[in-house]
Order: sequence, then C-alpha cells, then structure tokens
Amino acid sequence: MISFIAQRIAKAIVVLLALVVMNFFLIRMAPGDPAVVMAGEAGAGDQLFIAQLREKFGLDQPLPVQLFLYVKGILSLDLGFSFRQQMPVSKLILDRLPATLLLTGTAFAISLAFGILFGALAARFAGTWADTAITVAALIFYATPLFWVALMAILLFSVTMDWLPSFGYETVGAGYTGLAHVLDVAAHLILPATTIGLFFMATYARMTRASMLEVSRLDFVKTARAKGLSDAVIQRRHVLRNALLPVVTLAGLQAGTLVGGAVLTETVFAWPGIGRLMYEALLQRDYNLLLGVFVVCSAMVLAFNLITDLVYRSVDPRIEFAA
Amino acid sequence: MSKRKILMSFAAMCMLSTAAVAEGPKAGGVVNAVIQPEPPSLMVGLVQNGPTQMVAGNIYEGLLRYSPKLDPLPGLAESWSISEDAKVYTFKLVKGVTWHDGKPFTSADVLFSIEFLKQTHARARGNLVQLDKVEAPDDSTVVFTLKQPFGPFIGIFEVGSLPMIPKHIYEGTDFKTNPANNTPVGTGPFMFREWQKGSFIRLVKNPNYHVKGKPNIDEIYWHVIPDAAARSVAYETGKVDVLPGGSVENFDVPRLSKLKNTCVTGTGWEFFSPHSWLWLNNRSGPTANKKFRQALMFAIDRNMAKDVVWNGLGKIATGPSGSAIKYYTSAVPKYDYDPAKAKALLKEAGYKGEKVRMLPLPYGETWQRWAEMVRQNLQDVGINVEMIATDVPGWNQKVSEWDYDIAFTYLYQYGDPALGVGRNYVSSQIAKGSPFNNVEGYSNPEIDKLFADGAVAFPDKAREEIYAKAQKILVEDVPVAWMLELQFPTITRCSVKNLITTGIGVNDGFRDAWIEK
Repeated sequence: MISFIAQRIAKAIVVLLALVVMNFFLIRMAPGDPAVVMAGEAGAGDQLFIAQLREKFGLDQPLPVQLFLYVKGILSLDLGFSFRQQMPVSKLILDRLPATLLLTGTAFAISLAFGILFGALAARFAGTWADTAITVAALIFYATPLFWVALMAILLFSVTMDWLPSFGYETVGAGYTGLAHVLDVAAHLILPATTIGLFFMATYARMTRASMLEVSRLDFVKTARAKGLSDAVIQRRHVLRNALLPVVTLAGLQAGTLVGGAVLTETVFAWPGIGRLMYEALLQRDYNLLLGVFVVCSAMVLAFNLITDLVYRSVDPRIEFAA
Repeated sequence: MSKRKILMSFAAMCMLSTAAVAEGPKAGGVVNAVIQPEPPSLMVGLVQNGPTQMVAGNIYEGLLRYSPKLDPLPGLAESWSISEDAKVYTFKLVKGVTWHDGKPFTSADVLFSIEFLKQTHARARGNLVQLDKVEAPDDSTVVFTLKQPFGPFIGIFEVGSLPMIPKHIYEGTDFKTNPANNTPVGTGPFMFREWQKGSFIRLVKNPNYHVKGKPNIDEIYWHVIPDAAARSVAYETGKVDVLPGGSVENFDVPRLSKLKNTCVTGTGWEFFSPHSWLWLNNRSGPTANKKFRQALMFAIDRNMAKDVVWNGLGKIATGPSGSAIKYYTSAVPKYDYDPAKAKALLKEAGYKGEKVRMLPLPYGETWQRWAEMVRQNLQDVGINVEMIATDVPGWNQKVSEWDYDIAFTYLYQYGDPALGVGRNYVSSQIAKGSPFNNVEGYSNPEIDKLFADGAVAFPDKAREEIYAKAQKILVEDVPVAWMLELQFPTITRCSVKNLITTGIGVNDGFRDAWIEK
C-alpha cells in the first residue's frame, strides 16, 4: 500500500507540472494583460505608466523566459508574487483557503449525509409518495441555478424574516470571541453552505436510490432474505454498503472541486474565499495569482483522487491496490 | 480675471457647514459603507483606481479641496496666492499637522510628493508638465513656478490627483515594494487600522487631526460585497448605511430610494463629471465617414436611454465638455433624435450595410442594456450592428488596439478641459496600447492648436473663447458620439449627515460627516 501511494504521488507531480505549463499558456491566450487592466482602473495611463507596470509584472520578458522562471519557482514551492495585491501568492491563498474549506467542507458533509439518507429512504419506499416527494425535490434542486437559490434564500431568510445574515463570514466589528464567535460564523455559514449542499445532495440522493434499487435485485440479497434476516439489516448491511461504491466515486470527484467550485456562492454571499479570489484574479488578469489558485486546486483534485481510491478499498475489500 | 488675491476662503467653508451649524454635529458612531470592487491597494500615490481613491481619501490629503462649483478650498494649505503673471503659486501650509505616525508634515513632504508622483502617477505627471520648479523657503511655505501660465493648475491639488506622501517613509526606498504600502500613513482624518482581504477595510478616527473637533465619526468599515444584488440587500437589511455612487445597479435605485429613512443625492461628482460617449473608429470602416458619424448622433434616442436605462438620472451630453466643468458652452450644433435625418445622412454617406462591430462596456447590466438599446436604434435606421462580448481586460485590449468600430466608454473630466477633455481629441494623444487617450484616431490641426493654446492662454477670458470654438468644431465633426453626463447617486441613511460637502463627494472622505442618534 505504501508503494502504491508513493507511485501515485510521483505520477501526480508529473501531472501537476503538465497542468502548470498548460494553464500558463491558456491564461496568456486570453486577450488583455494586467498592466492595461490596472491602467484602466486608474482611469488614466500614459505609455510610460503601462510600460512600468509591464516591467513590474515581468511581462516585458519573452514568453519562454517567463515560463522558465515560473516553473522554477513552482519546483521550489514558490507560487510567485501578485504585483496587483503587492503580496506573495501563497499568503493570499492561505489567507482565503480556510474560509472556502469551511464552506465547502460543511456543504459536502451536509450533502453526503442527507443525500445518502434521502436516497436510501426513497429506495426503501420506492413507488410510494415518500419516494416521489424526494425524487421531485432532488430534481428541482438539481435543475435550479445555484445563484438563484442563493438569492431566494437571502430574500426569504434575511430580508423577509431577518433570521440569518445575508453576507460575510462574521459580524464585522462585533468583536466576538470564543463560543459567541463560533456561533456567529455558524450563522453566517448556514445559507451559503445549504445553497451549495442542496445541489450536491440532490445528485447523491438520486445516485443512492438508483444504485440501491439495482443491488436489491441481486442474488445475494435474495439469499440474505431467504436466511431470514430482518429487512433493516438487509437494507443496511447488504444493499446500502454495496450500493455506495458509485456514490463514493461521485463524492471523490466532487471533493476535488471543493476548492474552486464555490465561485458563485462566495460571490453572492460575499464569502471571503478562494473561489472569489480566483474569479477576481481572472478578471484582472493577475496571472501569478490565478495560476497559484489553479495549482492549489489541481493538487487538491489529485489528492482527493488518491483518497477516493483508498476509501474504495475500505468500502469494498475486493478491490486491490494497483498503481 | 486679471488679478487674484489671497483667498482665505472662510466664506466658502462657512457656506459648506451651514447644515452642521443648524443642528450641531454629534461626535461618535460607526459608519458601514460599501466598497466595490475591492481596491488592490490603499496607497493612492501608486494606485489610482476608483475604489482606492474612495477609501484613501480618508487617509491621505491634498493641499486643496474643491467646492461643488470647483472653487479651491483650504486643505493642507491654509491659504495660497497667485502672482500677477499667473506663473508663481505660493502655498502656506497649515501649521502643526502630523502624519499618522506622529512625525510632522512640512514643506519638505510636499517637495518629495511632487518627485514621487512624477514617477508613479500618470495623471499627476501630465498635470505637472508646465511646472518649472518647486521650492520650500521655509517649513510651511511652498512655491510652485510654472514655465508659462497654465489655467488648470489651481485645480490639480485634490487628494486623488496630488496626494501628499510621507517623505520619512518613502525617501530612498523602492516605492513600489515598500512594505509601508500595506499600512498607509497619511495626514487625513482617519487612520488605517485593519484590512481583512475579501471582507472589509477598517479605518479609525485620527485623534490628532489638524482640524479641531473633526472628524466626528469614530470608525468606518468599508465592506467588500462583490454581488450587486447582495449590496442592495445589505443596505435593505441595515448592515450598511452608505452606498457610494455606482455600488448598486441603476434599476435598484428607485426601489432603494423609497425605503424608510433613506436619502439619495446626485451631488459630489462635479469634479469628475463622468462623461459617456461612443468611441467611433475614425480610421477605417463606415465610422471613418463624418456623415455616418453624424447619422449615428441622430439615430440614437438618448432621452429614452436616460429615462429607461438610467432611470432619468444624468443629463444629455451636448458635446465634448460636461456642463459642470469650466468653459462649457451649449452654443453648439444640436443632434436631436431624428431617425429620418439619420437615414438621409447614411444615404449621403454611401453606406451599403457593411457590418459595424460594437463593444459594450462590461461594467454590469446597466451598460449591457444600454448597448442593446443603442443597437436597436441603429438597426432601425438600417445599420448592420454586430455586438462583441468581452470581459474588462478584453475590452481594454480591443479598445487600446483600435480593434472595434463603436465602443462604449466614459471618462472623468477633472474640472477643466485641459485636464480631462483635450486628451481625447488632440492628435499627439494618438498612441496604440492605452485606452485613455485619443482612441478614436481623430486628427485635426486646428483642434490641436486650440487645445494647446487653451491650456496656457491667459487670462481666463481668452481660455473661454478658445474652448468655445473648440467645442463648436468638435460637435460638428462628431469624432465620438456623446451620450450622457452620468450621475451616480449616493444612497445613505438620512441619519448620516453632511457626508458630501465637496466636488469630489465621497472620495473626499468622511471628515465632516456625523451621525444623528
């Protein structure tokens, strides 16, 4: 198992480097560069000003030189400097990463727990009104755009009922500490986390339901039933456990997108996370920062793929490790 | 004006604070405001984008401030005089002013700031082009000597155009990488305290501020809320009290204005006078033809755009100068909405349905809708319009490389035609790679001469005549299609008093504001 992990990590590094090079060129293929954007925001800029900015950003160097310097930096774990924000990229990302992980991690946990629960219930009571209700709800949340759900949630819970805060990570200026601070952040977390959670919950519920119905028709379930096991035990031990593999696959894929996947929600709820950082970096052509976020996201995806493989093995011992 | 005397400007100051006198400003309180987008830095000597100026106007100060009529008011300079020949400007600085770190502010800082800004501030560099030398005979006197009279010179000392930079922090360092850039130090009414990137910027009262009894407010929080709808909601739910101009989409303004305890004002933009127009490519394509350009002016229903897209806010632009800035004249050819006339002109121009590429300004829905409306107007008279979608960097690039036929934009005018108008029409400003010069490629030796003369003409009467002539020629030539003098309303709780007192509005900081409890 150790050698499996070592091999996978080695492969991951190669993939990551290839991604860095690819992203490097992709970003530069977009029209516009950071110097002109900054001059544009300043509302004035002569040739000297733009030339100065280009030099500062290193954009006056030939492309291969820029690439060489960037890859060299990455290899020494240096993500570079954001000239626009006047800060090292790694600091900018590390400042914002916890907020995103808190948001998407909570959403992930909510969606997985409730998704599997509702999916299992729907399968257990297939064909009844409960099944129909769950399936329809899942379909609605799956099909509705996230930002719309977010805005409706704000309208209902913040504007009309005034129960939950509509934006931000904490109450600014309140100076809460300890438990009060935790509760304050939690209150701010509810709306955005639920918004993202509902979408993923819907996919997990549908996947769990379909998979369980399929497994419950297999021979070993009939055997179990013939042995006289109770229905609850059959559903839990034999059907659900075997039906979870595809759900794990899906969850693994989605876990990889946890970091970058919350752009819209973070924007609508003014959540100070990395999705917004990435979006703003893109709009400002802040190349180093954007590449930095891409590198972190890619590393996360690769890491979660590895974790998913390990989880497979514990869910289904028949699966063996092979790199 | 043949002779200018020392202006102590007390009269102007009293005028501005009448409201305050009537009710008596109260000390204390916290103001929550919106800042959009998040500024990249608060060091206004290095970064001049809108949000930076808005927050930094509380931290830094200029030598002068400007009334809504653009008359100079005391700032860090308590008085000033201009020599008879209009070449020597002498400023007396307020005594006893200190930087936020306690060091005294002196004339040496002023000299240093001029050198600093010449290197880093594109607009200041242009404004100072007529400056021959600047000297400091003593700690509280600064003397600017010009190469020749330069009419707009008295108008360049506001905090965004010529902020004072602390010499003791920046001298001998690499300005752009100085770590102090992240903890700005100025002389202003508020001091920088905290910046949680992505969430908020916090400023606190400067207890040693040089104007006695100011500021009244204890703290300002600038909240970073990236979504326009979320910004309206933040105001509606009482989480923020101040929405500076442009923070919400225009179609939300009427709804928010009707909320209880809400005050709306369009003032505070006189100095900038954002002027919007369509950049027409004068080099090639149908827009190179003057008759075609005139046809565009007749084809576009600007009144309807004002009423529908901008909710009646703003004013129809009549030419290159906005009505709030100096030497504006309305005695120019008129282009009222007249599709029949537009069609006739198109025929005369020999237009045969060639495709015309139009770039909307990617600054949100209001601008998108405006572009759609103009496209409709142009299609109605038979112009074949293709709309090009871009994001902001893409827009910048296309415009600065002249890769368009019609492009939406708006530019600030900075109170004087020599500062914010001429740059768009004189041929020396034609240069690829920048979106703030003569992008349309208009070149007319007569106009070049008029703007060159206008900047240095003396006295003011001579300037007035020159600019009247220039405006007339330009409106006849239609190098660009002028649309609206934009108005960005500032929305506040009515309990926030005396917030906007000068011609640069919220950008001048919250030094005079107070909260009614």
